[in-house]
Amino acid sequence: MEAVTHEYLRLDTMHVALSALLLLVNVVLSWLLRLGLGARLVVAAARMTVQLVLIGYVLDWIFALERPLEVVILAFVMATLASVAAVGRTSRRFAGVYFDSLVSVLGASFLVTGIALVGIIEVRPWWDAHYLVPLLGMVLGNALTGISLSVDRFVEGLEDRRDGIEARLALGATSWEAALEEIRGAMRVGMIPTLNSMAVMGLVSLPGMMTGQILAGAAPGEAVRYQIVIMFMIASATALGMLGMVLLAFRTVFDRGHRLRLDRVRMPMDWIAWTRRRLPWSRHSG
Amino acid sequence: MREPLLRIIDLGRRVGAAWIWRGVSFDVAAGERLALAGPTGSGKTLLLRAIAGLDPVDEGRVELEGREAEGGEAPAFRARVAYLHQRPALWRGTVAENLEAPFSLKANAGKRFDLDRAAALLERLGRKAPFLEARASNLSGGEAQLVALVRALLVEPGILLLDEPTASLDRASASWAEALLTEWVEAAPGRASIWTSHDPDQLARVAGRRIDLEGWKP
Repeated sequence: MEAVTHEYLRLDTMHVALSALLLLVNVVLSWLLRLGLGARLVVAAARMTVQLVLIGYVLDWIFALERPLEVVILAFVMATLASVAAVGRTSRRFAGVYFDSLVSVLGASFLVTGIALVGIIEVRPWWDAHYLVPLLGMVLGNALTGISLSVDRFVEGLEDRRDGIEARLALGATSWEAALEEIRGAMRVGMIPTLNSMAVMGLVSLPGMMTGQILAGAAPGEAVRYQIVIMFMIASATALGMLGMVLLAFRTVFDRGHRLRLDRVRMPMDWIAWTRRRLPWSRHSG
Repeated sequence: MREPLLRIIDLGRRVGAAWIWRGVSFDVAAGERLALAGPTGSGKTLLLRAIAGLDPVDEGRVELEGREAEGGEAPAFRARVAYLHQRPALWRGTVAENLEAPFSLKANAGKRFDLDRAAALLERLGRKAPFLEARASNLSGGEAQLVALVRALLVEPGILLLDEPTASLDRASASWAEALLTEWVEAAPGRASIWTSHDPDQLARVAGRRIDLEGWKP
């Protein structure tokens, strides 16, 4: 009988290129069903590849340096990019949305990751990039989904139920009283992905981080414990980030005079559709 | 001379560079029923909303009993100067729940919901008691307008800003609403109303004085 080794199989560029062929399924489907996703898929796949290759180099460099300053700078850059991505996923924009997103993402993810590093996992030194970077990355990746879902739902809810909210204001409600139901709805919606993934985790899905640790040779029990810690970190950071973002949005879409100011909300620019309309072979160009 | 109940002073609102209306000034005395006239698109709704502080204005101010409401006082101001939307918006739940909801607001603390009075008001508008248990989502536009009207009356504001309050009502319900609102202003001191309507005959019936918004079009 062959002995099981804990050495993992290394992938080279050829392996990765082969896996890219799998994406052809999406492209063909999009073309057959006229989904209009072809361009978006190629852009998204290319972007993901470039981002991951770059972060690979950055991590190699930072791990080799072993200095807190660079790790902290990387953490700030990651949080900033996550906050921009969170806004990118929303269908409504308002003045100061990027700043609000940065404050919420940064505050929630740093607080929760800090508590986990120092108080729970007890990493020494606390800035050890082998722990800080992947943990923060997991928290950011998930929290940004909750944040964008909740703020989107909040602003859309205000738009959809504007008459009812203004009817409350017109009878003497404070802006908080008028918006409370929408704030609650937004928080519920933002937590759904985290709750759903917790519910099926281990049964239907083996989470990415746990899979990674197992592939790298960690004992499954160890990987599971890390995954559980991560999920609790994600849940709390998502809730905190959402609350921050929705409250900051609330301050913008209501003014000091307890007025609903939907004039401060606008639709975002769709750059891919915009570019497509201007291509020479587009039916809409001209 | 007695201080007017409500003073509109040089109110102006613009969209871009164009003024919708500018220099709007008038007083509303206690006991007065005022008609606000003007063709469609003249900004009657925007003016009522501006008076209620639901929209910002570019110029001017509104004073209630000689005092301008500061930003944070808007809820207390609106509890006294209630704006009734042209498109009535009811909340989830029954008619009774809709009528009771405003009493949970901070600005209405100290006021008590009186179910009997709610039933009596609805009866004046031709709706019998079982109507209180109807789901708000099942009501017609006209019925919703009646509920919104009763909802505003129950919290006892001082001034009602009525934006086409009978627009979706049948003729009978509209005349009951007219009678109820006229009586409401006269029933207690310190009350007044401002109506908008497309129907000049109605404005002549319900209002003692008429103001034409066309006069403030720059």
